This record gives sequence, structure tokens and C-alpha cells, in this order.
Amino acid sequence: MAYSEKTRTAYQEDLKGIEDAGLFKKERFIHAPQNAEIEVEFPEGSALKSVINMCANNYLGLSGNQEVIDAAHAGLDSRGYGMSSVRFICGTQDIHRELEQKMTEFLGTEDTILFPSCMDANAGVFEAVLNEEDVMIADRLVHASIIDGMRLCKAMNDSYKHSDMKHLEKKLILHQDKRNRLIITDGVFSMDGDLAKLDEIVALAEKYDAMVFVDESHASGFIGRTGRGTHEHCGVLGKIDIVTTTFGKALGGASGGCVSGRRELVELCRQKARPYLFSNTVAPVIVSGTLRVMEIVSGSTERRDKLEENTTYWRQLLDDAGFDVKSGDSPIVPVMLYNAKLAQDVATDLFAEGIYAVGFFFPVVPQGQARIRTQLSAAHEKHHLDKAIAAFTTVGEKYGILGLGKQELIEKFGM
Amino acid sequence: MEDIKETVLEYVQDEYLEEDDDREVEMDTPLISGGIVDSFSMVSLKRFLENKYGIQIPDSDATPEAFDSVEKIAVLVERFLDA
Repeated sequence: MAYSEKTRTAYQEDLKGIEDAGLFKKERFIHAPQNAEIEVEFPEGSALKSVINMCANNYLGLSGNQEVIDAAHAGLDSRGYGMSSVRFICGTQDIHRELEQKMTEFLGTEDTILFPSCMDANAGVFEAVLNEEDVMIADRLVHASIIDGMRLCKAMNDSYKHSDMKHLEKKLILHQDKRNRLIITDGVFSMDGDLAKLDEIVALAEKYDAMVFVDESHASGFIGRTGRGTHEHCGVLGKIDIVTTTFGKALGGASGGCVSGRRELVELCRQKARPYLFSNTVAPVIVSGTLRVMEIVSGSTERRDKLEENTTYWRQLLDDAGFDVKSGDSPIVPVMLYNAKLAQDVATDLFAEGIYAVGFFFPVVPQGQARIRTQLSAAHEKHHLDKAIAAFTTVGEKYGILGLGKQELIEKFGM
Repeated sequence: MEDIKETVLEYVQDEYLEEDDDREVEMDTPLISGGIVDSFSMVSLKRFLENKYGIQIPDSDATPEAFDSVEKIAVLVERFLDA
């Protein structure tokens, strides 16, 4: 037997190490569609508990939307369940191309290619369009999937300090001898909720002959006046060379993603990107649902406007209650606690109070930057947020953290 | 040698520490094993050295061990300057 007791013991020790470090992840089972209020079984086997969801990426509240569900049902009936093939053999339907065209129009680009997920889009795109003569210059806080994609690519990799334009400029000067320079950033940074300075990035790209890549997963559908994304917010629609985004967050929340951008770069992905070539694409039922999502978000800004109102309201509630909140323009609102154990304890107590929010700490965020990340949704009503702040205040009082700033929190609890 | 050390130290402080960073970098501070420079961003350090001193450091010599302190980096640079 190859999987000997010795091998098993070694793996058990690895798992114990993760547990001892306080990094063991446990799933909570939701017994309902994703929404602002959900029924959760946690720990496993316990009675269902009704909680307000403050940690989903369901920004527009479309994950359980009836119109989207109906469209998905219709797609299931008309186009079937699966494709049993990759795109370039016999795995492409008319609706796949239709969704690509819709995304091109929405994102203000030249062409789009679907991927099974945005993780796959990021894993495949760099290797497809760059080679060893090129350099990738990434913000140091980009998403893990981008780091993985960069590792798979032969181009030189480099980085600049988070949103530090002077540092980025130095790097662009340093790499002027390369064939292509690609600046890589998230549109909205998922842990801090801040936005990339895309207007300044595009200006630097034009000055130093570089291309720009933006991951819009935490932006598509709601950032910018009509929800097109960070490039709309920063006034640089049409100037981003590669946009990647997901259908797994605001845009229905199921799964799937895409690379959208310059025609030739998208075509190179179609010819060379390995997650596209060697995996089925998004299932017809999801494409049908997502097409309806795109009609909804293209037709009205109602949901995006409500999300913005909810975010403003929630930030004000947290400020008034005396929490240390990271400032920003996105529906990602981090409540800073700095100490990892405190973040875990607060999240546990919030759950007991009927609020589902998650504590994040090293290595997901830098050491000494532990926090509760709250995320708003257009599905939240004011009464949800009023109930949430009551619970946050109760827990905040228990730990004596209300009214404390960064230094005071660190002095009281350590980093 | 002292000039090289000073130049490398200044670059590492500027490149890898944030403005409000509590960490300090000295000549013998472990850079990679100490978590200040990750193996991913080591590339830009290598490129800086090559541009600054007009040398080529083969990937086989640009190991995490050889880049693990300002002192070790200075030794590496000297080796290729003499070559």
C-alpha cells in the first residue's frame, strides 16, 4: 500500500500544524439561496441559525434574484446541462459568443473571451500574451490568482509598493529596455476595499510605453457611475488593455470569468491560454443567467445606487459607534482590530449575535493588520444594517474597543 | 566593498520597507529568510544590481541564500565585478 501509516501520519501532522497556527478553515453550511439573511448550520450538525450576511460578494443582490433564476431555467431547457467538450472542439454555443459580445460592450473593450473562472483567466492570460523579452510590474497587494498567473509566465516579474505611483514610475524607467511592460493591478483591492489610481496608472503607461492590466472582480457591476468598473470611476474607459473579471461576485455570483481587452490579446488567449484550451468553459445554464444579469445591470443603475447608499449608511454607523474603519469608496468596509486573536473572537461573538462576518489575519492580510471585513449588498435593507450595528456595538463594548484608534488598539491587545 | 554595501542597503530600505514600517534593515539582517524580501520580488533586486554595476548575475548564482543579507549580496556583486 503506497499510502502507508507513515505517510498518513506525516499528512496528519501537516494538518495539525495548520490548526495549531490558528489557520484551519471550516465551512459553514447555508441552507438557503445566497441572500442578505440566511439560514446557517454551524458547527456541523447544529440547529439552523438565522444570520445577516455581511461577508458575501453578492454586491448587487443578484445571486438569488428571481429573474436571473428564471433565465437560468430557460437556458437549461433550451441549451441543456453540459457541453462535454472544450470550446475549440465542440464546446461553444451561440450564447457563449453572445455573452462575450455583451461583456465587450459593457466593459468598453475590443473583444472578450470566457474562462471557467477569473482565477483561470488570471492563470492563463499572462503566459498567453507575454514572453521572456517582457516584464510584468504588479502592485504588491494584487490577488493571489494574479501571482499564480505571473509565476506561470516566462516574462520577468517585478512589483511596486501598493498604489505608490512614484515607485511604479521608477520601475517603468528601470525596465525601458524590455519589449513590453505590463502594469498589473486590481481595480478594487479585496482586503482593503481601496481603488487603484487607474487615471495615474494610465498616464504613466502612456508616458513609458506600457500596457495596463486590471482585475475588476470586486468592481464589475457597481463601481463607476454606471457600474462598468474602476476604469469608469477613474475616467479611463477604453484605455485599459486587459481587463479580467468574474461572474462569481456581483454579476450573479455563480461562477465563470473572462479576459476582455485588445483584440489581438484576446485572440492570443483563444489560441494559447491553457485554462481555456484544456477545460470546459462556463456551463450553458450559467451563461443564460449571466446574460440576464448583464441586461439588468446595463438597463438600470438602481441596484448599484442602492449599494452605494447602503455603503455610505454602514460606514456612518460604524464611525458613529466608534470603530476604526479603513476609508474607501467601495462596498468592502474593513473594521480594523490589528490583533489576530481579537479578530477571531469578535467574529465568533458577532455570529452568536446573528451577524455573519469573517475575521481576516496573517497571512491573508499583512502581519498586524487583522480585521473584520464587512461587505455590503444591494440586498441589504436599512433594518439589516441597524441590526448589524447593534450587534457590532454589543461586541465592541464587551472588548472595550469602541472609540479606540490604531495605536490604542495595538497597546491594548498587541499586534 | 563598503560603497557597494551602502548602496545595496539604501536600495533595500527604499525598495522593501514601507514608510510606517517598524522593521529595520542592517548589513546582516536576513532578508529572504527574515521575510523582508520574498523570492518573487528578488528579481528586481538582481536587475538593480546588474544595471547599477554593469554585471550579469546568472540565475544559478542568484539564489535565495546568496541574496539573504546586504553583506552576502555585496560579496556576490564583487565576485562578478572582478570576473
